[in-house]
This record gives sequence, C-alpha cells and structure tokens, in this order.
Amino acid sequence: MYRYIIKRLLLVIPTLVGAAALVFLLMRLIPGDICVVRLGSGGGTFDERAVQACHAQLGLDRPMFLQFVDFVWGFFRGDFGTSMWSGKPVLYEIAARFPISLEIAIMAVVVANLIAIPLGTLSALKQNSPIDLVIRVISIAGLATPSFWLGILFILAILNVSQAAFGSPWMPPIDYVPIWKDPLRNLSMVIFPALTVGYRTSAVTMRMTRSAMLEVLREDYIRTARAKGLVEHIIINRHALKNALLPVVTLIGIEAAFLIGGLVVTEQVFNLNGIGRLFVQSVQNQDYTMTQALVMLVVAAFVLTNTVVDLIYAWLDPRIRYG
Amino acid sequence: MTRPIAAMLAVLAIALPATAEDTPKSGGTLTYMIPADAPPSLDGHRETTFATVHSAAPFYSVLIRVDPNNPASTTDFVCDLCTAMPKPTDDGKTYTFKIRSGVKFHDGSPLTAADVAASWNAIIHPPEGVTSARESYFVMVDKVEAPDPSTVIFRLKFATNAFMPALADPFAWIYKKEILDKDPHWYEKNILGSGPFKFAGLEIGQSMKGVRNPDYYIEGLPYLDGFTGIYAEKQAVRVEAIRADRAAMEFRGMPPASRDQLVKELGDKIPVQESDWNCVNLVTPNHKKKPFDDVRVRRALTLAIDNWRGAPALAKIANVHTVGGIVFPGSPLAATKEELQAIAGFWPDIDKSRAEAKRLLKEAGAEGLKFELMNRNVDQPYKYVATWLIDEWSKIGLHVTQRVLPTGPFFEGLRNDNFDVTIDFNCQAVVNPLLDVGKFLPHSVYTENYGNYDDQKEIDLYQQMLHETDFTKQRALMREFEKYVLDNEAHMFMTPWWYRIIPYRSYVKGWKISPSHYLNQDLATVWLDK
Repeated sequence: MYRYIIKRLLLVIPTLVGAAALVFLLMRLIPGDICVVRLGSGGGTFDERAVQACHAQLGLDRPMFLQFVDFVWGFFRGDFGTSMWSGKPVLYEIAARFPISLEIAIMAVVVANLIAIPLGTLSALKQNSPIDLVIRVISIAGLATPSFWLGILFILAILNVSQAAFGSPWMPPIDYVPIWKDPLRNLSMVIFPALTVGYRTSAVTMRMTRSAMLEVLREDYIRTARAKGLVEHIIINRHALKNALLPVVTLIGIEAAFLIGGLVVTEQVFNLNGIGRLFVQSVQNQDYTMTQALVMLVVAAFVLTNTVVDLIYAWLDPRIRYG
Repeated sequence: MTRPIAAMLAVLAIALPATAEDTPKSGGTLTYMIPADAPPSLDGHRETTFATVHSAAPFYSVLIRVDPNNPASTTDFVCDLCTAMPKPTDDGKTYTFKIRSGVKFHDGSPLTAADVAASWNAIIHPPEGVTSARESYFVMVDKVEAPDPSTVIFRLKFATNAFMPALADPFAWIYKKEILDKDPHWYEKNILGSGPFKFAGLEIGQSMKGVRNPDYYIEGLPYLDGFTGIYAEKQAVRVEAIRADRAAMEFRGMPPASRDQLVKELGDKIPVQESDWNCVNLVTPNHKKKPFDDVRVRRALTLAIDNWRGAPALAKIANVHTVGGIVFPGSPLAATKEELQAIAGFWPDIDKSRAEAKRLLKEAGAEGLKFELMNRNVDQPYKYVATWLIDEWSKIGLHVTQRVLPTGPFFEGLRNDNFDVTIDFNCQAVVNPLLDVGKFLPHSVYTENYGNYDDQKEIDLYQQMLHETDFTKQRALMREFEKYVLDNEAHMFMTPWWYRIIPYRSYVKGWKISPSHYLNQDLATVWLDK
C-alpha cells in the first residue's frame, strides 16, 4: 500500500510541471494587454507613456523566457508573485476568496450526496417502477438545467414570494460574512448557491449510483447472500452499496475538484466573491500571474483529488493496491 | 465663462429639487453597488476606471471640482481645498490658489500647499516608473509651485480655456507629499486622504467601507456616519439588490429596462435621476484599409446613418438618448440642431442623405461593399448601437457583419489595425470639449485614435482652437473643426450620446446627477431620510 501511495504522489510532480508550462504559453497567446485594458477600458484619455510605465512596472517589457523562468522558479517555491491587476500578492488574493468557494463546494457536495445516494439506490431497487421513473425525471432535469439559470430562478422566486408574503422583497445578503463571525447570515447567503449547485451535481451522481447499483445487484455474490438468507438491508448496505460506490466516489472526487474553481457563473449570479469569479476577472483583465496561479490551483485540486480518490479506491478494493 | 441659457437647457439632468421639508439629517450608512469586480488599484492618479472613483473618492479632497450643488452644469467649478477660484494673471498663464487652513489628513497631519503641489506634480510630471493616466491633459502646464504653505501656483506654457476644467479632474486626489517622496507607489494599495470619510476597510473583491471624518474641513459635512460600497459586476445582481433594499443605489447608470422594472415593482420608493452622459460611441473606419482610404466611401457610411430617428428608438432599449456632434450636447461649445443638420450624418432629409451615399459609393466603385464591424463585448450600449448601425448601412446596400471581442482582444485589434471599421468610444469625466475632442486627432498626436490617418490641417485647426481664449472665436473654430472631421474628411462618425439613468431608493437625499459617472462622488452631501 505504501509503495502504491508513493508511486501515485510522485506522478503528481510531472503533471503539475506540464500544466505550468502549458498555462504560461497559452496565456501569452490570448491577444491583449493588461495595461491597455486597465488604462483604456473606461474610455477616458490615457497616455502612451503610461502604458510603457505600466509594462515596466509589471515586468512585461522583459523577455518572455525570463518571465517563464521566474514563473516556474516561483511556482516551485510556492510564490506566485503579485497580481498584475491589483498589485497584491496572488496568494493573498486567492486566500481571500478560497474560504467561500470551499464552503460552497463542501455544502454542494453534501447536498448532492444527501440527494443522490439514497435516491440513486432507491431508483435501482425499484427499477422501472413509478418511483424509479420519478427519480429519473428528477435526475435528468438536474442534468438539463444549468445551475446558474436555476440560481436566477431561485433569487427571483425568493424576491417575488417574499414580496407577496410580507409586502417587501427579500433576498439573501450579497456581502459575504465568514461562518465563524455570523453563522446565520453566512448560511442564508450560501445555502441557495449550495442547493443550486448541489442539485446539478446530485443529478450526475444519482445516475451513476443507480447504474452501479443495478450492476452490483445482479452479481453472483448478492444472489448468494440472498440465498443464504441474509437480511435485505444488510445485503444492500454492506454488500451492494459499498461495492457500487466505487465509481461514485471517483465521480464525487472529480465534481468536488471542479466545484472549487468551476462555479464561475453561479458565483456571479449570487455575487459570491469566490475563486470562480476571480478566474473570470483575471482572464478578462489579462492578469497573467493571477490566471496562471488559479489554473495551477485548479490543476492541483484535480490532481490531488484524483490521487486521494485513487487511494480510497485502493482501500475499498484490495485488488487495486495488490494489482 | 459664458453660460448660454440654451446650453444649460440642453443638459437634460432631471435632478430632483430639494423641498423645504428636506432638511438634511445626520447619521446612517449608505450602501451602494459598485458595478465592477474590484478596482485595479486605489490610486486615482494611475487609474481611469470609475471602479477606483466609486471606491475611494470619498476619502480624498481635490483642489477644485464641479459644483456638488449643481453638478449638471458643464461650466461651474468651485473650490474644494482652495479658498477662492483665482483669476488668471500673466495673460492667462498664471493661476494662484490659496489653500484652506486647518485641513488635516486622516492621520492627523496638516495638509499644506506642498502636498497639493506634490500631488499635481505627480500627475503632470510623473517620476520615472510611475504611471499617470492623465499626463496628456496638462500639456499646457509648465510647472506647479508651492512658494509658501498656503499658496500653489500653476504656470502655463500658453493660456487656454481647457486648463480650469482639466484641473477639476475627479481623479486628481491630493496625497501626502511625505509619502509620495518616500514611495510613489504607496497609494496604489493604501488610502490616506483628507476627504469627508476615513477608510474603514476593504474586503477584497467584496466591499469598501468608510466612516465619517469628524475633522472634515467643511462644517456639518458629511451627513452620513459611513458608507459601504459593494462590488457586483452583474447587472441583475445590482437590480435585485436595490429591489430588495440590500443596497440603495448604484452610481454608474442602468439601462432603461432595469429602470422600468424597478419603478414598476417599487413605485414611488424608486425616484430616478437622468442626464445626458459625457460618453459616446464613435464609428472609426480604418483609413489604411481599402476602400476606407477613400473619403467618398467614408462619407457614404456616415450619410446612411439616421441619427435623428435612431436616437429615440434606441433610447427605449439602450443607454443612449441625444443626437450630438463631437462636443457633449450640454456644453456651450456644442453645436445647435441647425448647425448639426448641415453636417453629413445629420441631414434632416434621410432619403436625400442616403441617395447621396449611394451616389458616392457608385462613384467610388464600392457599391454593395462587404465589411466587418469590430465591436467590444459590452451590451450597453455597444451591441445595440452596432446592430442598429448595421441595419442603417444595409439601407444603402452594404453588407456588414459584426465581430464582437472581449475588451483585451478588442484593444489588441484597435492597436494592431486589425479591423475594417470599428466601434470606438470616448468617455470623459469633466466636460472639457477642448480636450475631449482630442480623440478625433490623428494617432501621431492622440495615441488613442485608431483611424490610421494623418491630417496636418486638422492638427493645425485644433491647435488654433486650443490656444484661442475668446469664447466666440473658439466656438466658431470648433464648428469648423467639427465639420472638417465629421463631414469633409469623415474621419470618424457619431452615434447618439449615452444617457445616464440612476434609479435609487427614495430615502437617499442630497445626491445630484452629473454628466459623468466619475463626478461628484465624495458623498459628503448625501444623507438618508430614514
């Protein structure tokens, strides 16, 4: 098992280095100039000398090779430099936004699994029954509905219902407060995006749980368990579900990693100052350093999550670690 | 400065008049939306975006400014840190300002003329490695001096009417000399001013907070205990926030549909102030590309556009409203309707205009011309205006497609001449026509002109106008310049001027709309009737 873990962890390094080189080059291929965007996007007058001074200040007048060396060297030291847009350290900017993205990702995953695993299992157990059909409609609707659109509907519904009920419209707070400072205000802000995203995520997981359960329920060992008279809930929970969860865990891992940086539109709809929104801003602003760091953060989240999933996989299925 | 009544009337600001019972009350916190994700930096000298002004203007003082009690006026400037508006001496080349005594920075240190002069020198003559976005506004300034702690003298190279409006720039915040001397980049990340509010906190990408400055030099102001500016780029979020009273207003401007929605849902709880906006979309043909090097083709393009009928129709769906020439419609230097109607693109008879356009195209061998209109990926009003233009051009047999690009690639396209015809824009703060029309000058003079033409006659005409201090003569020169740029050479064309619409919660009082979202943002006179 230890050898397997070390092998998996070592594979992380070349993956990250490859991603770093790729993101650096791709960013430079996007047409545009952060200094011109900053000085010109307001439409007012700006001086060409100001653009040159801005280039010099940001180090954009240096050869690209040196910029790349700086980036890679900084990356290995855990120093992503300063944001070209705000001038603040990249890690500071990310750290300011990470808690909210993490909180929503965790809540969305919890919501998704609370919906998906019981319903997916029930759907498999009641295959082709009216219950199965209803659950399948719920999951397909979740897949077909963009979460940001659902978010907009949520907000409009809250506004209209509150206006009808209390005479004045209400909506969740739009300025974030950490959960440890004001739990109620925090939850009233994050619960709706978590439900929105969680429902979408649950749809995928629900489908996977159902199909995995259906496959497992047809296995010989389940038939044997039933033949020897085991109680049904033990067969389902201990023998079927545990094995059916193998592909589901992989999926949950991938979805969780995606949620950290992938809530781009949902964060905008709910005005959440998270990593997804920062991502959009930094690409729009052509903030190379910030975009590079964020891509690397997402890559690292994916790589680490997949590594953890692989390790859990090995724990769940001994054939993998001994294979 | 002359202020013709006609010009005053032309300003369509509908500032709600204060009534006798509207006695200002102190206290409360104003929460407003800032339609941006975050300002690039907090340094007004360096930035050009409203996001910086809406975030940090309440912390700073300026030397002079537009009159906060009459911000709709394009010609009223009053002192902020100075004691009286000076009369120029030395044939209009020297302006001497006396600085208020007893003004303190928020750290308690006194503000003197040395701080004012140092701030202005950083704007006009930035040291090596320091970005000053508006350096080119002050080509007329030779030097700025502070001979004693209460006197600042601006010495000009030549007399010009453009100087005083330029001096009222809302980004020209007064910084502390001692800090500027130590680290000219300090103000990019930090705040220390002498304005009506003290910095209370910045939640990065989330909100900006300020609290009342008890030592503010104008007695009784500010009325508010504090303010919170919440960043939200998405318009839907801002509209919903105002609807649910999470925020009282935003200061940039909303499209007509959002105004109508809020008014419909909240009735008299949402008053609205509206004004012509000192921003306009322009159409710039790339003179380097055939057939746009041919003045007949360029004139045909402008002759096809029916601004008079287009403006009221577009105003129903987009942030545009008023037909105007190269000068902001509310300015005394702006063309009258009759003057405009003598210029290509503004002829009153659109059939005659389009017939002439077709004739010119035929003569130039450009009938049925196909080309691409480059545009910026901004809904209001860029995409609406461009779609309308394409329809207008189709009426003279042109086949135009639109290429919409995000801001970065859009600027790249402009700067690399990678376009046939582009939507361009001119958005200024203080109405200062002599500087604002610089946008129409060739790239060799004005770096943000992307038409790729050289025109010495135009430059000479502009210089003559810039140096002319007699208003009547200057106005005549402006008309000549306008006719030359828009008609004779058709270097660029106009579309209707933008329109600023500010719906806000009725408990917000004391704020008056101006022709620019950069102006009158220190919030000192704002109070809450709650």
